[in-house]
Amino acid sequence: MIADALLLQLGYNATLVAIGATLLGIAAGSTGTFLFLRKRALVSDAISHATLPGVGLAFIVMVWMGGDGRSLFGLMAGSALSAGIGLLCLNWLTRHTRLAEDAAIGAVLSVFFGIGIVLLTVIQTLGAGRQAGLESFLLGSTAGMLRADAAVIALGGALVLTLILALRRPMTLVAFDPEYAMARGVPVARIDLAMMGLVMAVTVVGLKIVGLILIVALLIIPAVTARFWTDRSDRVVLLAGLFGGLAGYVGAAISASAPNLPTGPIIVLVGFALFAASLLLAPGRGVLAAVLRHLRFQRRVHLRQGLLALAQGQPIYERLTLRLLRRAGLARADGIATERGRARAAKALRDEKRWEVVRADLAFEAAAALYDGLREIETVLTRDQIAEIDARLGGPKGVPA
Amino acid sequence: MSGAEFVPLSLPPLLIGIFAAVACALPGNFLLLRRQALIGDAISHVVLPGIVVAFLVTGVISTWPMMLGAAGAAVLAVVLIEAIRRLGRIEPGAAMGVVFTSMFAAGVLLLEQSDTSSVHLDVEHALYGNLESLIWLDATGWASLWDIEALRYLPPELPRMAATLVVVALFTAFFWRPLKLSTFDEGFARTLGIRTGALGMALVIVAAVAAVAAFDAVGSIIVIAMFICPPAAARLMTNRLERQIGWSVLFAVLAAVLGYVLAGYGPLWLGGRDAVSAAGMIATVSGVILALAALFGPCRTRVGAPGQG
Repeated sequence: MIADALLLQLGYNATLVAIGATLLGIAAGSTGTFLFLRKRALVSDAISHATLPGVGLAFIVMVWMGGDGRSLFGLMAGSALSAGIGLLCLNWLTRHTRLAEDAAIGAVLSVFFGIGIVLLTVIQTLGAGRQAGLESFLLGSTAGMLRADAAVIALGGALVLTLILALRRPMTLVAFDPEYAMARGVPVARIDLAMMGLVMAVTVVGLKIVGLILIVALLIIPAVTARFWTDRSDRVVLLAGLFGGLAGYVGAAISASAPNLPTGPIIVLVGFALFAASLLLAPGRGVLAAVLRHLRFQRRVHLRQGLLALAQGQPIYERLTLRLLRRAGLARADGIATERGRARAAKALRDEKRWEVVRADLAFEAAAALYDGLREIETVLTRDQIAEIDARLGGPKGVPA
Repeated sequence: MSGAEFVPLSLPPLLIGIFAAVACALPGNFLLLRRQALIGDAISHVVLPGIVVAFLVTGVISTWPMMLGAAGAAVLAVVLIEAIRRLGRIEPGAAMGVVFTSMFAAGVLLLEQSDTSSVHLDVEHALYGNLESLIWLDATGWASLWDIEALRYLPPELPRMAATLVVVALFTAFFWRPLKLSTFDEGFARTLGIRTGALGMALVIVAAVAAVAAFDAVGSIIVIAMFICPPAAARLMTNRLERQIGWSVLFAVLAAVLGYVLAGYGPLWLGGRDAVSAAGMIATVSGVILALAALFGPCRTRVGAPGQG
């Protein structure tokens, strides 16, 4: 069943939804990256909640003008308008009052959502039975998706991607270093506004599929996931688009494969699964990699300290050190050094002495800065330099018993 | 409107609204100053999976398991946010966004999967509550307030919300000095021996308790609005924390009363027939108060109060 769904074999509606969700995921993932890099991820939460009054108002206006009130395009226009107003309120609050951005986000989010709910109850009383499913914009609903809806979503997604392609350089610059961007003459405020406009567009396009509460997840999670895999901003954007698209596609497929699997939440949960896997497994920034790195470091410290102790004839009580030395064939179980162990220990002690010279001599300042107690001196100095230090140290003077 | 109509139909929801608003606004003041204002937002989203899980485990809609489930979910969310922030070295806002949206999605999915059609549990209810339905049918007038028999049938949300407010107020009063110190100067507070980490966690937990209790009574939209709007408006009125708290309580009460009245009677005045959502209206009124404070508040700009240079 899942295989059928993934291969788009589950019928017309499921295919439409899958294509729409994939496009939406790609657009949301790449847009969200800039928001995330600008450290304003939660602004999207305010924008998405601020769409609700627009949906309600657009419905009322369309009914008042004698229309059906459920035209997706009209509702999208209304939601874009109110999201824009919410965004302006947010910007005004942070710019002209002492409130921090998080407070402004919370205020705009809750107040606009409250207004939206008031409007929804007004609609409920307006004409019974007519409101039919404006609530579905809260959590999305794909059951009755039409070809025209899918076309609107595809068009919106394509538009967003084109704009990202056009604006990617200034947006990256502003995200990383707004002061520098301003000094370069980039209109930071306008780029910020454009970025938010893109977020708004994604939100409005995504209302139908994932709903306004969960669209935030599609904007934030793919970007955070992609950030684990690379340090280059252009690749983060691409990967975020990829993860977003994947989450949309797989999520839509799973949701079509069985009843009672709402599309929006499933897409979000697939995105979260990708995130969790990345958090654990990503090379470099992942948890597993960090643990391995820590263990390797621990081993090096213990081996080094153990060798120094062997060289100076001190007994070793630390169990881990002893085990590591024994496993490397440098010491016996009772803590006595083997032949190889003695050689390595003598070398370690000599290196320590060499480092002492390096750190005391200003001529080696650059090399001394790299001293951390573990670094092999051969990786820092040339053979000639080491020979020169050895000359200063003199020959072996015997190890204290 | 006579007492015979007011006491059973309007007094309990009004009081519940006021208690909920104040209970959320009190910790909201500190969260706002600590730049953690969106914790309230996150908590109110994750309450849904907590309640659904509690329902699935116990199989009944009853208050205490659900409160426990919601509180557990709130604590789990805070721990997860902190874990993701540290393990993944991600900025707190994004970590929060990842956690609360995913948990909310899980809650919706669980709700759809489980057979909850027979019971009153749905997403809309979780979002905007049902303040208007918390009526006290046994009251006949003002005299009922002294009638033990009638008082026994008060909506249970009312005493629960009142108790929550007392807990929150006691916490604020008891830890006033350490809270104030650690909010404004965490380093200094630590040198005085105040355990700022534990205190911060306690504040979040108290906020979660307030949010969960208020959520049960009035829905999550009021919770988010009351955590942020009254304290934010109060912040624009004064530079002193004591007065800010006073203002925020005043604004919270004002928003609850005005919002409830406007929702109940506003449409009638405008010629409509039915009331609109009280929760939504209370949030709207709190937004209007914030807008007025942002336009005219004496301390609204970043440099400080006028006249102080």
